[in-house]
Amino acid sequence: MKKISQTNRYDFNVIENWVRPNAKVLDLGCGDGLLLNHLKNKKNILGFGIEKDKDNWLVSLKNGVDVIQMDLESGLAGFEDNSFDTVILSRTIQSMHNIQSIISEMQRVGQEIIVTFPNFGYWRNRLQIIKGGMPVSKELPYSWFDTPNIHLCTISDFDNFCATHKVAVIEKHIMTDQKAVNFYPNLFGALALYKLVKK
Amino acid sequence: MEEKNSVGIVKPSIFKCSSPIKLACGKTLDSYELIYETYGKLNKKKNNAILVCHALSGNHHLAGRYSTKDKHPGWWDNLIGPGKPLDTRKFFVIGINNLGGSHGSTGPRSINPKTKKVWGSKFPIVTVKDWVETQKTLLSELGIDRLAAVVGGSLGGMQSLQWSIQYPDKIDHSIIIAAAPNLTAQNIAFNEVARQSIITDPDFSNGDYYQENKIPKRGLRIARMLGHITYLSNDVMGTKFGRKTKNKDYQYNFNTEFDIESYLNYQGDKFANEFDANTYIRMTKALDYFDPAKGNPENLSRVFKNAKADFLVISFASDWRFSPDRSKEIVKGLLDNSLKVSYAELSAVSGHDAFLMNDDHYHGIIRSYCKKIYAQL
Repeated sequence: MKKISQTNRYDFNVIENWVRPNAKVLDLGCGDGLLLNHLKNKKNILGFGIEKDKDNWLVSLKNGVDVIQMDLESGLAGFEDNSFDTVILSRTIQSMHNIQSIISEMQRVGQEIIVTFPNFGYWRNRLQIIKGGMPVSKELPYSWFDTPNIHLCTISDFDNFCATHKVAVIEKHIMTDQKAVNFYPNLFGALALYKLVKK
Repeated sequence: MEEKNSVGIVKPSIFKCSSPIKLACGKTLDSYELIYETYGKLNKKKNNAILVCHALSGNHHLAGRYSTKDKHPGWWDNLIGPGKPLDTRKFFVIGINNLGGSHGSTGPRSINPKTKKVWGSKFPIVTVKDWVETQKTLLSELGIDRLAAVVGGSLGGMQSLQWSIQYPDKIDHSIIIAAAPNLTAQNIAFNEVARQSIITDPDFSNGDYYQENKIPKRGLRIARMLGHITYLSNDVMGTKFGRKTKNKDYQYNFNTEFDIESYLNYQGDKFANEFDANTYIRMTKALDYFDPAKGNPENLSRVFKNAKADFLVISFASDWRFSPDRSKEIVKGLLDNSLKVSYAELSAVSGHDAFLMNDDHYHGIIRSYCKKIYAQL
């Protein structure tokens, strides 16, 4: 289950800049729905969320989001090709089984796609591993035995994935806390945000 | 003592409509009556009305009791009342017995004003579309031009769906629970077995059993027993009844022995004493004929082209009569038209009947959605 309500969602502002006004947006694994709410307020989007967990689903509904309860692992059946301007997968990819299939489904349904994930190559994560334990942090708040995260990756892993899977990166923003990171992002960046299109 | 969160003692009203209605089957009813109940108050703006549509064997009595001695409250009493998920302190809730029903609205048991005789077999087949039309007429009489929502489960959900396309400008929200865009062949098959059990009962007399003071109870019993089997999931039947028997040892005869048998017999008897056979076979026909997309799932997108309401669609994982996949077809049709829709698939184990159950998460969804409706008034 994805954690509900992370209050300081500083990544919202970056995503907001990547979404066109009045766009039709699908947020996969929308959690508490606050990202869609943010985009509705700032960009007047028509937003839909997808959420598997029933408690998160209800929180999304209470937050005024239109939310479809389904499991992303079975793809985006029920959504027509190119029926959304933007499809977002925010802080969810690391918990998914079939990465290739969800990315290709997102490309099928959306004109543009946005993927964000915690960078496993962040120096604090590396340090924790050097010290001998699996990283636990603000971005990765779970113990190894109780984590939904099964596909953690680094920024350079994801770049390689895009290069080999017909995915073109049009925008990329790496950040730690509220600040953009340009210097050795794979080492100093905690969160990675990508705007992608089909190659 | 006053019951907590109950609408209390209620009384039905009768609406007499003297303007004719042309039915989908081609026949015309010159006049008709609808029995209905209301709970809560219509606000000044007259925009807080919610219509609750009933399913196959339901009626207009949604909530409350008819007297302090009344053992059974209305069929959706767990959902509707002051402080309940469908809050009658906020909404004006209306339940109508559908045309052709057997609980007080004009139906096969009524007198045909032209012939001064009981309608019986001559009562026309009515459809979901006809019901929406007559409901609309009654609502206009009550001064309601626009509904905050139409809510329904099963066949009631189909009426909610139909409202959204038949009167897109008259409905703000459509709540569609445990429903489908049409019946599958398997569903029609179950309905046909139910109908045949009634029609072939010698006491049915081709539908004119009233004059002979007969009731085709055997047919009704079997129809209801079959229905009950399909409304429950295998799992819930197993948990509730399993292979439990009345006696410790097998009796080696055909008397009621297993608990499931006695449950079905009880339900069948109860139903045969309460429900009208002509109404039952007509309600199943209304189910069979409901198909706004005319058999082609692709058409569902076109069906919703003019819809304007926001939607809440709910299905139950264990419902094999109206499975979640059928609800997803509705959701797809709505999404194809960029209509606002939320969809929940509940893990309840009880099967199709789950839409009537008292479940915190299920009721939490409806409560939250109704709050949203209220906030928009």
